[in-house]
Amino acid sequence: MGEQWTLAGRSFTSRLITGTGGAPNLAVLEQALSSSGCELVTVALRRVSPQAAGSVLDVIDRLGLAVLPNTAGCHTAADAVLTAKLAREAFETDWVKLEVIADDVTLLPEGVELVEAAETLVDDGFAVMAYTNDDPVLARRLEGLGCASVMPLGAPIGSGLGIRNPHNIEMIVEQSSVPVVLDAGIGTASDAALAMELGCDAVMVASAITRARDPEQMAAAIRLGVEAGWRARRGGRIPKRYLAEASTSGQGRAEF
Amino acid sequence: MADLSPKPDVIVVGGGIVGLSVGWQLLQDGVEAVVIDAAPGTGASHAAAGMLAPIHEAYWGESHILGLNLAASQAWPAFADQLGADAIDYCRNGMLMAAYSADDKALLDSLGDLHEQEGLPVQRLRSRECRRSEPLLAPSVRGGVYSPLDHHVNPRRVVAELLKRVPVIAVSAAEIARDQVVADDGRRVACQQVVVAAGAWTGRLLGVPVRPVKGQILRLSGPEGLLGLPVRGVVRGSSVYAVPRSDGEIVVGATQEEQGFDTRVTAGGVYELLRDVLALLPGLSEVDLVETWAGLRPGAPDNAPIIGAGDDGIVYATGHYRNGILTAPITAAAVAALVQGRRPPVDLSPFSPNRFDAMPAARLPDAEPLSGVAG
Repeated sequence: MGEQWTLAGRSFTSRLITGTGGAPNLAVLEQALSSSGCELVTVALRRVSPQAAGSVLDVIDRLGLAVLPNTAGCHTAADAVLTAKLAREAFETDWVKLEVIADDVTLLPEGVELVEAAETLVDDGFAVMAYTNDDPVLARRLEGLGCASVMPLGAPIGSGLGIRNPHNIEMIVEQSSVPVVLDAGIGTASDAALAMELGCDAVMVASAITRARDPEQMAAAIRLGVEAGWRARRGGRIPKRYLAEASTSGQGRAEF
Repeated sequence: MADLSPKPDVIVVGGGIVGLSVGWQLLQDGVEAVVIDAAPGTGASHAAAGMLAPIHEAYWGESHILGLNLAASQAWPAFADQLGADAIDYCRNGMLMAAYSADDKALLDSLGDLHEQEGLPVQRLRSRECRRSEPLLAPSVRGGVYSPLDHHVNPRRVVAELLKRVPVIAVSAAEIARDQVVADDGRRVACQQVVVAAGAWTGRLLGVPVRPVKGQILRLSGPEGLLGLPVRGVVRGSSVYAVPRSDGEIVVGATQEEQGFDTRVTAGGVYELLRDVLALLPGLSEVDLVETWAGLRPGAPDNAPIIGAGDDGIVYATGHYRNGILTAPITAAAVAALVQGRRPPVDLSPFSPNRFDAMPAARLPDAEPLSGVAG
C-alpha cells in the first residue's frame, strides 16, 4: 500500500499493527499474521516469556516481524515502568507500547498513572507509544511529554464496538505531530477503514482478528479495510449534502 | 554397557496417562511392553482436572480435533470398566457451560452456532434452567449450555490403576532411537519399537514441535455432593471450570501461560482462578483450599495431538494439549494397532508427526536470540 510512514524513526509500509492474544492456536495465528500483511506485532511481556521456546515469539521471528513489547496487565505507573524495563532487556528494544489500565472490567486507561509512567520512560530513553483514552487533552499532554506516538482507543479493549467518538479521534489527529494509531475497539474491517478515513496513521488490531471464526479471512479483510480508509482519506470525500445532486449535469440534454 | 532388563518388544518413553495406557493396551494384546519414566504420573496427568469433554472443547476451525475427541469419548466407557469405573471416579452426568454476563452469553451463543453446525447434542439453557441444573451457580448467570456427552474422571486415580498393571523402569531417557533408549545413567534398553509419550518434554528429547503450556490449578475440598455438575464458566471473558469428585474434592482450573518449563504457582494465577470461580459459584468461598499446583500441557502449533510413526521410525503419542485424559484410551488403541501392523481405529493422517514439514509455524524451537526486533 502506497507510501511509507514512520514510527519512532523506523519506516513501515503496512499501516496495520497486530496483537497476538486470543488466537486459538499458533498455526492459525501464523496464517492470520501473514494475511494481515503487518510488519509490527505487539506482545504482552507478562503473558509470554521471551525465554520459552516454541511460543508466539518464534512465529513472529520466523515471519520477520518487528516486536513491540507492551505493558498489558499493569495497573500502576511503577508496575508499567518495571515491565517496560524488563521488556527492554528481554527484547533488546527501547520501544514500548505503554498500557496502564484502571481495572480489569473496563480495561480503560488510567490517565494519571499513564502520564506518570510515560514521563519516567521517556526520560529513561524509551520510545513510548501510549495507549490512551480518546481524550484530545490527555493525548496532547502525552505528546508534550515526548511520547513517540499516541494510541487512542476507539472503544474498550476486546469490545469490538468500533469507534465510539469519531469526532474526538479527528481532533486528536488534527492536533498531533506524532503518529496517531487507533488502538482497541476495532470489530471488523469497516471500523479500521473509518479510523484511516479520520486521518489516523495506522490501526492496531488484536481480538477482531484472533477471536474471529476464521482469523485468516478477517485479517485479510482488515488489511483491505485499512488500505481502503487510507486511500479514501487521500482521495478526499465529497461534502455531505441535505438534498440530491445528480452526478450528470443537465447540460447537453435533448430539448423537446 | 549393561542392558536394563530382558529385551521387551516395545519401550514406551513417558509414564503419564498416555504412555501408561499405550503400555497397558500392548500388554493386553500380548506384546511385551515396558514404560520408562523416572517419575511416572507426575506431569500433566497429575495436574489435569480430568474433563472428558469433546463438546465443550470444540472450537472453530478444529473439526478434525473434534472428530478425534468424539471417538475418544466413545472409547472411554470400556476403558473405565476395565480399570473399575468407581476406582477411577468415572462420572457420566454431563457438563454445564455457563455464561456469567450478557457479554459472556454472546460468546456462548456463538459457540452454540458451532455446536449446531457440527450437529452436537447440546441443550441451550436459560438462566433459571441453569440454576435448576446446578443450584450453586450465581443468580447473575445469564444462560448456559448443557452437554450430556461430556464426562469426567479422576486422572490421578487412573494413573494409579494403570501403574498396578504396567511395569515401569524408573529412569529418564537421554537418547532415543527407533529401537533403543539410552537412559541418563548411560544404561541402554533395546527393543523392536520405541513409542514416545513424553508430553511437554517431547520437544526437548526429539525433533517434534511440542512446547509446554503452563496451567495453574487448584483443589478445593468441601462436603460430598456440594457441587453436583462439572461447570465450565465464561466469566467476563475469561474461562474457568470446577469439576467435582465423589469425595467432595473440587478441581478449579486452569490458567494458560506460555512460560516455558516453569511450574511456579503465582499469586496472580491463583487470584484469577478464585476470582472467577467464586463469581460463578459464590458458595465455594467457605470450602477448604487444599492444593495449588502447576503442570505443563504438551502443545503442538495447531493444538492437535501427534500420533503416528515419524520419519525417524519412532512412534509418537504426544502433544495432547488440553485433551490428554480424554484421548489416552483412543491413542493407546491407535498406537497399539500401528505397532502391530494393524489398521488404527481412527484416521490418524491429521495427527501425523510428519505434518509439520508443510506447516511453517512448526519449525523447531531453538535458543537463538530473536531477530527482527524493533528499536
